Amino acid sequence: MAKSGEPIIELKNIIKRFGSVEALTGVSMTVRRGEVLGLLGDNGAGKSTLVKTLAGVHAPTSGEIWVNGTRRDPWNPAAARNAGIETVFQDRALSPQHSIVSNVFMGREIINAFGLINVKKQIEEANRLMREIGFTSKVFNPNSIVGNLSGGERQGVAIARALYNKADVIVLDEPTTALSLTETQKVFRFVEAVKASGRTVIFIGHNIYHVWDISDRFFVIDRGREAFEGAKSDFEGADHLIHMMRELAETGRADARNYRPPARGAAQ
Amino acid sequence: MTHTTQQSNSAVDSRREQSTFRRFYGANGRAVNSALAFVCVWLFFASQNWPLFTNPGFYGSFLFSVPPSIILATALVFVITAGEIDLSFPAVIGAGGGLFMTLLIWGVPVIPAAMITMLLGGLLGLGVGAIVVYGKISSLVATLGLSFFIVGIVNFLAQGRNLEFREAVGTDGNLFFVGKWDIFGLQVPNHFFLSLVWVAVMYVLFRYHRFGIRVQMVGDNASSARQMGINVEHVRVGVFVLTGVAGALAGLILVQTANMVWFPLSGKAYLLPVLAAIFVGGTPVWGGVGTIIGALFGALTIGLIPAGAVGAGFAGFWTEFIFGIVIIATMIVHRFSGSRVS
Repeated sequence: MAKSGEPIIELKNIIKRFGSVEALTGVSMTVRRGEVLGLLGDNGAGKSTLVKTLAGVHAPTSGEIWVNGTRRDPWNPAAARNAGIETVFQDRALSPQHSIVSNVFMGREIINAFGLINVKKQIEEANRLMREIGFTSKVFNPNSIVGNLSGGERQGVAIARALYNKADVIVLDEPTTALSLTETQKVFRFVEAVKASGRTVIFIGHNIYHVWDISDRFFVIDRGREAFEGAKSDFEGADHLIHMMRELAETGRADARNYRPPARGAAQ
Repeated sequence: MTHTTQQSNSAVDSRREQSTFRRFYGANGRAVNSALAFVCVWLFFASQNWPLFTNPGFYGSFLFSVPPSIILATALVFVITAGEIDLSFPAVIGAGGGLFMTLLIWGVPVIPAAMITMLLGGLLGLGVGAIVVYGKISSLVATLGLSFFIVGIVNFLAQGRNLEFREAVGTDGNLFFVGKWDIFGLQVPNHFFLSLVWVAVMYVLFRYHRFGIRVQMVGDNASSARQMGINVEHVRVGVFVLTGVAGALAGLILVQTANMVWFPLSGKAYLLPVLAAIFVGGTPVWGGVGTIIGALFGALTIGLIPAGAVGAGFAGFWTEFIFGIVIIATMIVHRFSGSRVS
């Protein structure tokens, strides 16, 4: 339907309060179709709150969420998934005592008219998804219990779930934390594959080098508000981005909203 | 995504590497162990008095009294699996039985009265569930309080009197519930078959229906379930509605097995045996997983003990002692049914 580069998600002046704590103090963010957006920020900057707001887990205290040009209200996890936003949460959001199949279809079971689960179809689809992301093994199968899997394998289950519904936008919250080098490479290959299929990825990470490698554009938040955003071409390299973020952390400039990174070559 | 093709079949192949038995035990270990526990308890009693325990006539009263426990235990598996507890079901049994009798006295035939009673039992469960879930109260405390509250209202309405309606005994509707079939000398009451139908429905609901699957997801990790778009509150209220219906059904069966006599405290005796039946049946206390078939065997085990102990020649006051032994022993057996993974 829509072309690559058009806005797919628009957050308008999102404020989120928890009691007296203002976790997000008016964030406006535009995500464009087909891009990989790297979301950066210090611990406590509000990354996770922003992700959970995108995923519908937190309803914003005020502000508007637009997806594909329509305002979405009410906003909750089911609404987010129906709008085509799938999230791989930092805690994976798995059900450890249940099978890979049950986890892949959590909240989105394949059912018939009476609400009965189509077990055969679910196993077939789970098998297909696991193969698609290169997630196969001799030691586990779709009926294996998730609690017995390793961290990387659990991440695979969460990613398979995000893929199932052919979502337009896939949000990955710190997907490489606690993963081995090969598992991290797998996640990167997965992001490349998703991008190649024309879908949008929002990638959140601590490790700026990881985020740098994979993203087309960066969105940096600091103390609950957007600090700056810019395309990869605006920066000399990952070190330039790190330098800017360090500067941001030290000065904590409140007017960072209007801050634009210096032109290429002006970094030194 | 071409990098995966070289290993594309292994996800399928690995399914064949586990033996059929191991896969079956892996998925149904709790139910299998509960069945084994039932057989062991039966063998223990039967070995004391073979002629009595191989005589079908001995089981008539057992089959007559056990169905309410079966119905309640299988319904409560949903509550325990959802990570909640419902202590108000004995009060709902009393309220359901009283309502059913009142309807009969007003001239409503048995079957429609039973349907109305179950419907109102569901509404009562809805109220209990709504208070627990939306009031954000611990279900242990809330249902304890509501249990007293419901019993109080029932006592007030009944003014402490029993209700009787002998005219309904022997009507078609009454026989639908408590009519007996003679099968090779074994007197099987119809409500035992009804309880097996109920178990079948609960089994399908728990394992193959979206509601049951979501109950398990919510009980295992409620925040994961919420993040994946499951309406956790609706699921939690749903399990209380189900026990409400089960409580009403048990109550209306109970008054019919007592020849259409209801007394306000009927149901009170079911609290501990039914909870014991669920846990003897292999549903763990931590939530997220459970077994309906296990609860069936749990209810049969608990139901067998009083009659079995007497039949085996123990004096009646040994019954509770044997309850204790069986509960502890089966809990140890269920250590091998699988411990919690996280």
